[in-house]
Amino acid sequence: MESISLIVKSIFVDNMVFSYFLGMCSYLAVSKNVKTANGLGVAVIFVLLVTLPINYLLYENVLKPGALAWVSESMASVDLSFLSFIVFIATIAAITQIVEMVVEKFAPALYSSLGIYLPLIAVNCAILGGSLFMQNKDFVNVGEAGAYAFGSGIGWWMAIVALAAIREKMAYANVPAPLKGLGITFITVGLMGMAFMAFMGISL
Amino acid sequence: MDAKLKETILNPIFKGNPITVLVLGICSALAVTVEMKGACVMALSVIAVTGLSSLVCSLIRKTIPNRVRIIIQLVVVALMVILVDQFLKAFAYSVAKQLSVYIGLIITNCIVMGRIEAYALMNKPIPSLLDGLANGAGYGIILIIVAFFRELLGSGTLFGYPVLSALGYVNNGLAILPPMALIILGCIIWAQRAIQKDLQEK
Repeated sequence: MESISLIVKSIFVDNMVFSYFLGMCSYLAVSKNVKTANGLGVAVIFVLLVTLPINYLLYENVLKPGALAWVSESMASVDLSFLSFIVFIATIAAITQIVEMVVEKFAPALYSSLGIYLPLIAVNCAILGGSLFMQNKDFVNVGEAGAYAFGSGIGWWMAIVALAAIREKMAYANVPAPLKGLGITFITVGLMGMAFMAFMGISL
Repeated sequence: MDAKLKETILNPIFKGNPITVLVLGICSALAVTVEMKGACVMALSVIAVTGLSSLVCSLIRKTIPNRVRIIIQLVVVALMVILVDQFLKAFAYSVAKQLSVYIGLIITNCIVMGRIEAYALMNKPIPSLLDGLANGAGYGIILIIVAFFRELLGSGTLFGYPVLSALGYVNNGLAILPPMALIILGCIIWAQRAIQKDLQEK
């Protein structure tokens, strides 16, 4: 039950795009049509779901203040949390590489549909942001971290597919020349964000 | 040479601005613009990180094997971000708390990696340092413009000092909420493209 409320909350209330602006660069760049947007969205869900629990375990067992107590008593006072940025980004870069190789070997169809988006995800802020937010959220176990990853991924996927659908329709609209392309896209995202504000303050 | 250096420094600030023209590094640009203070600290942090990591990557550019360069760049950038983060935690703790994860997210800020890939790996250390600093500054200027409007309209203050609120202005709560950052940035792009016609999209 706890996990379900966590998933719903991270999809609607704490949506990665509309309330934290995470993954904005690829969000704006790859939302020109629904098909590619869908591919990138699925890849983000997938990578978040793999990296976030791994980073959670690393943080809980190695990096957190006092986390090394299981090695020996004398290491209970060691605090490695300043290393978390570098460890998280290394995990993410390594995992995306491995995921890419595994997918290429065992699911060639999926690989060709995700295409170049898999390697690009290593530098997508939504993935690193997920891990950094996880640090502040004090999840009690891996399951909760996984649920959070799943919800955030779905939220991001939903946002990019929605924007891509709007942009496809907007191609027929008569937008003022200086506002065309990037400008109107920003304003559209802003308006979508306002719509998502309706979910703010809902607690489950 | 002199003209070229000048071009390197001035281009990213207006004509090739990383945010409004190249669309890099939007994520952190929007989240930290509720107040001028946070935006200024963020702008300085990004300037430091882009400058220093371009410098370091340019110094070691001849020794980096092409195939593993992304990982090496990430490590250099992460190192610089850790330095900035620890510095802020030591000397400006309240601001560091307020910026929370967004300092860490400078690592995946595309401007940093983008400038290393596009410039630092092919140029000498000093021009690379300047290029990094200038791109950080181009980013910082947009950040500060957005923060100016959001703080002024949202809380009626600038750097925490009452400006509009002293004149009896009623705060517009929407300006401090996330969607307004996107709309203000959209308007900045609109204004820039109205001046510079060649940037307009077909």
